[in-house]
Amino acid sequence: MSATFKDFRNNVKPNWCPGCGDFSVQASIQRAAANLSLTPETLTIISGIGCSGRISGYINAYGLHGIHGRALPIAQGVKMGNRDMTVIAAGGDGDGFAIGLGHTIHAIRRNIDITYIVMDNQIYGLTKGQTSPRSAEGFQTKSTPAGSIESSLSVMQMALTAGATFVAQGFSSEVKDLTSLIEQGIQHKGFSLINVFSPCVTYNKINTYDWFKENLIKLSEIDGYHPSNRIMAMETLMKHNDLVMGIIYQDKEKYSYQELLNGYSKEPLAYSRLNLGRETFDNLVAEFM
Amino acid sequence: MVKRLAWKVGGQQGEGIESTGEIFAKALYRLGYHLYGYRHFSSRIKGGHTNNNIRVSTEKVRSISDEIDILIAFDQETIDVNFDDLRQDGIIIADAKFKPANPNESKAKLYAVPFTKIAADLGTSLMKNMVAVGASSAAMGIPLEYFHPIVEELFGRKGEKIVESNIRAIEQGADYFNREAGGRIEELALAPGDGRQRMYMIGNDAIALGAIAAGVRLMSAYPITPASEIMEYLIEKLPKFGGTVIQTEDEMAAATMAIGANYSGVRAFTASAGPGLSLMTESIGLSGMTETPLVIVDTQRGGPSTGLPTKQEQSDIMAMIYGTHGDIPKVVLAPSTVEEAFYDMVEAFNIADEYQCPVIVLSDLQLSLGKQSVDPFNYDKIDIRRGKLIIDDSLPELEKKGSFKRYEDTIDGVSPRTIPGTRNGLHHVTGVEHNEAGKPSEAASNRKIQMDKRLRKLNSLKFDNPVHTNTKHENPDLLLIGTGSTRGAIEEAMTKLANDGVSVNHAHIRLLHPFPAEEMSPLIEKARQVVVVEHNATGQLESLVKLNVGGRDKMSSILKYDGNPFKPLEVYNQCKGVVYHVSHV
Ligand SMILES: Cc1ncc(C[n+]2csc(CCOP(=O)(O)OP(=O)(O)O)c2C)c(N)n1
Ligand code: SF4
Ligand SMILES: [Mg+2]
Repeated sequence: MSATFKDFRNNVKPNWCPGCGDFSVQASIQRAAANLSLTPETLTIISGIGCSGRISGYINAYGLHGIHGRALPIAQGVKMGNRDMTVIAAGGDGDGFAIGLGHTIHAIRRNIDITYIVMDNQIYGLTKGQTSPRSAEGFQTKSTPAGSIESSLSVMQMALTAGATFVAQGFSSEVKDLTSLIEQGIQHKGFSLINVFSPCVTYNKINTYDWFKENLIKLSEIDGYHPSNRIMAMETLMKHNDLVMGIIYQDKEKYSYQELLNGYSKEPLAYSRLNLGRETFDNLVAEFM
Repeated sequence: MVKRLAWKVGGQQGEGIESTGEIFAKALYRLGYHLYGYRHFSSRIKGGHTNNNIRVSTEKVRSISDEIDILIAFDQETIDVNFDDLRQDGIIIADAKFKPANPNESKAKLYAVPFTKIAADLGTSLMKNMVAVGASSAAMGIPLEYFHPIVEELFGRKGEKIVESNIRAIEQGADYFNREAGGRIEELALAPGDGRQRMYMIGNDAIALGAIAAGVRLMSAYPITPASEIMEYLIEKLPKFGGTVIQTEDEMAAATMAIGANYSGVRAFTASAGPGLSLMTESIGLSGMTETPLVIVDTQRGGPSTGLPTKQEQSDIMAMIYGTHGDIPKVVLAPSTVEEAFYDMVEAFNIADEYQCPVIVLSDLQLSLGKQSVDPFNYDKIDIRRGKLIIDDSLPELEKKGSFKRYEDTIDGVSPRTIPGTRNGLHHVTGVEHNEAGKPSEAASNRKIQMDKRLRKLNSLKFDNPVHTNTKHENPDLLLIGTGSTRGAIEEAMTKLANDGVSVNHAHIRLLHPFPAEEMSPLIEKARQVVVVEHNATGQLESLVKLNVGGRDKMSSILKYDGNPFKPLEVYNQCKGVVYHVSHV
């Protein structure tokens, strides 16, 4: 019997503000999991700290809500330990692009087969409205009362230059598209990065639902756009100031870390027999004699 | 004939000092001698004085020596830096090439042997270390044939000719010494070894091998001195067992990746030194709060900050015990020999699984990089225990979704643990305070229940022999306390003090946290004076003993934080001061 959307629901009521973009991200993950016939036991969601980080607690699956900025290394550890597990990492723009940016870039480079979903609201929600690396120049927040004078980080362009094999962008209002992006991200063999514009209705009065609706362009509507073309991807991002939706780039050829790793067990490491045989052990000892 | 010798080779880093020591040591431990090697090196790759000090003995040795018997010098600096440590009747064998000079104050005899020339005449001056090995063997009267199989192992792959010329280099070094210096020197002739086969390894080898024996399949780590050898060994070995080492982008990733892997059910760990451990502190708290097993090795080096990265120190003790915010259960083990380092690693993984908490294995540079001979590790002593981990599908159907009590408030505080993939064991884990089912909860009553549950776990911690004791005396004049690699220096100082008629007991602490107060209290109570021997500037171990046991009025410490390991004589001399002072008040 395959699982349904309902199987991924638990009885925990999210403590997000009504209207928060993160609700749709949660629903999209649940739908994608059901569409892919996953079961709650075979899905693990690792989340960071922030409003968005709570997401792992609202989905009926295995999950770990860790520390600020470290969702990715934890998620990579889970996947390495159990290669049969579907692993999703999730968190906010501060989590992934400020305190955890180093991990994001290196997870991209490493290309372990997990899916990373960032709920990008261009602000720090949980700490009540400070600037984020995704905030636009001039954006006024509690920590930038005179407007941010730092430039906003183009994470999609950054991901491309870091060697990403799957880069996509979604929007909380477009649940169907977002669900499909998540499905494709999970199916991608390698690291998939999905940045989701997920409005914070409480602290970000600029980048609102309406603002995104007005400014976002669907890649599917751009004539001749092809996500296998990295140069086209870069040009399109630059031209539209990154405000695009869809799969921006995908490299279907490149092998994932696990596929390339020499000697890596075909069986999940989590189930290995731990005891070494006597002979194996004695041989290791003999090497020091 | 003598029972113990100290042999030292010195020169510029990158000149083959390492391999000279290696070859010499290999022949000796295969003859059944006990060895203790310690390298002095600076944190540059080429250049800078380096030396390798090897103690050879017919009995167990666990410390560097007070004096050197034979010094092999590849440059004048080696003589200038080390002649002070040579004993009366000691010898220097130096390369004639640099026209070695024996300082006026030197008590030792200098022999110049043309290492470089003999080697160059045989084909390449690279073999000068072989000539030096030959000359030292002649002085000590070691038959040269023992070196043949070793040279074969080292150079066999490079072909018969290379093997042949290296053997010739050894022979000609010996010939020269026999001819020009009169051959074997009686005071340097070693009594025969017992012929027993032992392992010869650094502490980091033992730690890495211990991890494999414990069933580790994943190590995530970031390189740092003096921990890197652990990952280097495992990079080679883990793929043979289906596992791997991942070199992460930093230590926060290393620690959290290990947490993720442990959460998934695999045994994983990381290793670093002070700077890395500082970066890992938040992760250690996550492991404590989420009750996810985590083993971390800290190979202490000179701190603070970058400090003395290639030098001995034991100054992370307090940071390892207390260095996380909030209250968590945590275990800190401090092995004192390579043998303990091996078995303690296995035990660290067992404790982490059984008590579902972080375990820190605290090594120090002297233990991690010092090379010791040790009886082969015993397969039958390896025991793997995983506590309340459930990985099969034996759990009953849950009544309600997400109701598995991962954090059940049990009597011993340890709750059942399932891993992703386990049917009917599905639960959520969070570093936020949570209830029995793992759901966030800030309720005051729940907070108390969960905090008490976590901290209660270690009340039932079982650890065999948390303190090594050598307590011959009922009411000793002196109790010496140490931890980690200072054990040998303390033991030798003790023997010297006993010869002077001072009664001394020794307690070497293996389990630093939770502190073995019950074991330590009577020892301290019965001693007239207590001296804590440790490698740091603030007396961290002494503070710990005072905090947990007391004894402030009769306790003092011997501190060394100049980067070099204690010599037995240093401990002895300072103890004499304490005992003398006491017996004269
Ligand atoms: C090490 C550390 N520093 C700071 C914090 C406080 N903190 C919690 S969440 C957060 C930022 C949240 O912003 P974002 O990641 O964008 O998530 P959002 O709340 O917007 O979803 C900060 C600074 C923390 N928990 N840990
Ligand atoms: S503060 Fe913003 S991000 Fe946080 S829950 Fe409310 S709307 Fe969502
Ligand atoms: Mg945010």
